[in-house]
Amino acid sequence: MELKVKSQGGCASSGCGSSADRLSHLPEAIRAKVNNHPCFSEDAHHHYARMHVAVAPACNIQCHYCNRKYDCSNESRPGVVSELLTPDQAVKKVLAVAANIPQMTVLGIAGPGDPLANPERTLETFRQLSEKAPDIRLCVSTNGLALPELVDEICKHNIEHVTITINCVDPDVGAKIYPWIFWKNRRVKGRKAAEILIAQQQKGLEMLVERGVLVKVNSVLIPGVNDAHLKEVSRVVKAKGAFLHNVMPLIAEEEHGTFYGLMGQRGPTNEELQTLQDACAGDMAMMRHCRQCRADAVGMLGEDRGHEFTLDKIETMEIDYTAAMARRAQVHAEIEANRAAQRTQSGEVFVSLASLKRPAPKKTETRPVLMAVATAGSGVVNQHFGHAREFLVYEASATDVRFIGARKVDLYCSGGDTCGDAETTLQKIIRTLSGCEVVLCSKIGYEPWGQLEAAGIVPNGEHAMEPIEEAVAAVYREMLESGRLDHAPAPEQRMSA
Amino acid sequence: MALTIIESCVNCWACEPLCPSKAIIEAKPHFLIDAKKCSECDGDFAEPQCASICPIEGAILDAAGLAVNPPGSLTGIPPERLAAAQAEIRAR
Repeated sequence: MELKVKSQGGCASSGCGSSADRLSHLPEAIRAKVNNHPCFSEDAHHHYARMHVAVAPACNIQCHYCNRKYDCSNESRPGVVSELLTPDQAVKKVLAVAANIPQMTVLGIAGPGDPLANPERTLETFRQLSEKAPDIRLCVSTNGLALPELVDEICKHNIEHVTITINCVDPDVGAKIYPWIFWKNRRVKGRKAAEILIAQQQKGLEMLVERGVLVKVNSVLIPGVNDAHLKEVSRVVKAKGAFLHNVMPLIAEEEHGTFYGLMGQRGPTNEELQTLQDACAGDMAMMRHCRQCRADAVGMLGEDRGHEFTLDKIETMEIDYTAAMARRAQVHAEIEANRAAQRTQSGEVFVSLASLKRPAPKKTETRPVLMAVATAGSGVVNQHFGHAREFLVYEASATDVRFIGARKVDLYCSGGDTCGDAETTLQKIIRTLSGCEVVLCSKIGYEPWGQLEAAGIVPNGEHAMEPIEEAVAAVYREMLESGRLDHAPAPEQRMSA
Repeated sequence: MALTIIESCVNCWACEPLCPSKAIIEAKPHFLIDAKKCSECDGDFAEPQCASICPIEGAILDAAGLAVNPPGSLTGIPPERLAAAQAEIRAR
């Protein structure tokens, strides 16, 4: 009996788009919409970039995880931007980025406030871009409060992807997350506010689905507030036709000045997040590759090249967009050819189920292993350990390889870390990779090699330039054959996976 | 009769489009209210619009110089209950 390593498990076990063939069950029209959208397709995020333009400063609600003072350039989290742009400036910036980063396929408006609380600025940006840059997908994120009234406006601008942040469907839970909303010219507080917001979000979701717009639902996982409730949220939004559910960890640090940060609300551990994502996955496709980017982020999901496109820099750039569009089409065709080649190649990797089970005859199942991967994009193991700003974590088991999530190694803000001053960068990375038994990279230095090994994480540079999921499967097979899966991982690896 | 925006304003723009009297001025380091134009929304709305959407406690003062949104009014937690609420949240 032969077992195909890659595509086992399908959508439900790994989140839609964990690999290109996991999208294969989708109707062609939907696959075409997500194929090059890095946020709606996990496979696409290895190949394509996105950008946000910060044209929408105002907000019509308050969330306890948000602070409206948004001028820190060292932080990477939603709601934070360096420069607020007018629609004209934003359009100029988008054209400049599109010409310089041809793999940028998606322009989103995500804040720093709520895009639909700034309808003129948001819609004017979309109107100009749909005219000037027809090869860029437009999408928008919203808290949903103003969504029902603006759905038809949004559809006019050819927007096919919308993200709604829905943290609850129960107003009692909502009252702990949203202290107030601005509704019909009044500030409404408490449970009543949450009730209105929830009703608007659900109505907006239904209206978008009716009109054929793909809807992603973002939920912030807040321990002790909505953790037990998010499975219900997932079930409800799935029933209403949401395409993808993205459960993100709460970011709450005192120095961010948010209510939760100041009050000491904790964020979830990696393990809590993964457990909840797995629990929701039974109901719908889960997104696990979200990087919770800034409202002015530019580049591949794990990177931010915003500093290359500040107002003073784009001012001097002359963009011939007709020429840029031709080059972009060429780059996109190359990317697609590369992806097709990877798919063909990975189709050839088979593992014999008998060989998988042979070294562990007493067990009915071999244990799964978490592995961290350093990649600079294109879906292959191609980054030097020391250059990685984040690692992608995969879980290999006897039946499949699935993407678990991304872990940043330089955390949001360099100041105010809770882990103590004496800890070196390498020690922090090792702590971030806790639960992983292997780290795959193109190369690694002697010093980190030794320290990683001492911490029970085996560095592996033997699969450079190989497609990630294949490399992970190959290492799993090597571990199996060498008997390393017969033993449980070292105690420190079992914790906080 | 006019409201005032003070330095704790974070320039989030939420108030500016709502003002029926066009009294809000985009300015650095923070937004301002033109006292000659401000009507406190009298005749237009039941409550002054800028102070109804402003996310910062204490950033907008009334004609008497008092915060329209005093400490605790927007978080829903009065200052005297802050320590207890914090303890509850930290236990999560």
